[in-house]
Amino acid sequence: MKEIISILEKNGFVFALLLVGCIIYVSYFISKKFTNNHIPGAAIAISFGLVLAYFGGEKGFASVPGFSGLAFLGGTMMRDFAIVSTAMGAKLAEIKKTGFIGLLCLLIGTVVAFFVGGSIGYALGYTDAKSFATIGGGACTFIVGPVTGGAVGASSDVIAISIAIGVIKSIVVSISTPFFAKKLGLDNPQTAMIFGGLVGSTSGVSAGLAATDPKLVPYGALTATFHTAMGCLLCPSILYFLVQLFI
Amino acid sequence: MKIYGVAILAGCFLVGHILGDLLGRLLHMNGNLGGVGFAMLLLILLHDYFDKKNWHQAETENGILFWSTMYIPVVVAMSASQNVKAALSGGWVAMLAGVFATVACFAIIPVIDRMAKKANNK
Repeated sequence: MKEIISILEKNGFVFALLLVGCIIYVSYFISKKFTNNHIPGAAIAISFGLVLAYFGGEKGFASVPGFSGLAFLGGTMMRDFAIVSTAMGAKLAEIKKTGFIGLLCLLIGTVVAFFVGGSIGYALGYTDAKSFATIGGGACTFIVGPVTGGAVGASSDVIAISIAIGVIKSIVVSISTPFFAKKLGLDNPQTAMIFGGLVGSTSGVSAGLAATDPKLVPYGALTATFHTAMGCLLCPSILYFLVQLFI
Repeated sequence: MKIYGVAILAGCFLVGHILGDLLGRLLHMNGNLGGVGFAMLLLILLHDYFDKKNWHQAETENGILFWSTMYIPVVVAMSASQNVKAALSGGWVAMLAGVFATVACFAIIPVIDRMAKKANNK
C-alpha cells in the first residue's frame, strides 16, 4: 500500500488526470441518468470536487497523501493557462460591444461587494476601519482580501476571515450560477461579461459559467480577471479612505 | 503542428503576466494586476488578426482548443483543492459576508443588463 501511494505521489499530475477523468465521467453519468441533463454534468463535477475538498485539509483533497497532484492540475498556473486558452472562443466584436459597460461593472461590482461585506463584518463586531476594508476586500475576491489587509495592516485573523469570505463567495457562485442563469438572463456574451465584471471571483465565475454554458466562459472570465485587479487597486486606497472618513 | 498553437498560447500567457506585473509595479501594488485578462485580450486580438489575414491553420488552432477543452477538468481539480474546511470554519462573518456579497452582485446584473441593452439599441 505504501509503495502504491508513493508511486501516486511521485506521478501526482498523471494521477490527478485519471482521477478528474473519473469524477467527470461519473458526474456526467449522474447528470444524464438521474437529472435528465437538468443539472449540468460540470456543475455536479465541481460540487463533487468541493465535497472532496471538505474531507481534505489546507489544500483541500490535495492534502491527502497520494492526491497532491490535484493541487498542481487545479493550481493557479494551470487554471490561468486553461482560462487564457478559452479566449479562442471569444469574438472581438462582442467584447467591443460591452467594453465600456464592462468597465462600469468592474467598478460597481467592487464597490458593492466591498460595502456589503464590510458592513456585515461591522455589524458582527469588526468595527475598525482596517477590518472593514479587509473584510470588504475579501467580499470582492479571496485575493483582494489579503492584499488589502496587508496594505492597511489588518490583523492576521481578519485576513484569514477575508480569505474565507472570498472562498465562500466562489463556492456560492460556482454552485448557484447554473440555477439562476435563466433568471439573470445569462445566455449571451454581453450578459456573461456583465456577470463576470460584477461578481468578480474568477474561480467562481469560471466554474459557474462552465456549468451553465461553456461558450460563455471566455466572456465572463475576461472581465472577472480584471475584477481582482480593480479590487486590489480600489480597496486599500480610495475605498479604505472613504471608510476612514465614516468610522 | 499542434505545438505551434500551444506555444502561441504560452507566449500570450507569459506576455500577459509580464504586463500585469508591470502594471502592479507601476501602481506600487504587490502582485499581478489583470495578467490573465491581458493574456486573453492578446490571444483574442491575435486570433482576430489571423482571421482577417485569412491564415487558417487547423492544427495550430487545435493546439489551443485542446487546452480550452481541458478547462472544466482543471476547474474540477481546482475546486477539489480549495480549503473548504477553513472557509466553513471562518464562522458567521465569512458565511454571511460571502453569501450576501454574492446575492448583492447577482441582484444588480439584470439592472445593468437592461441598461446595456438600451444603450445598444440607441
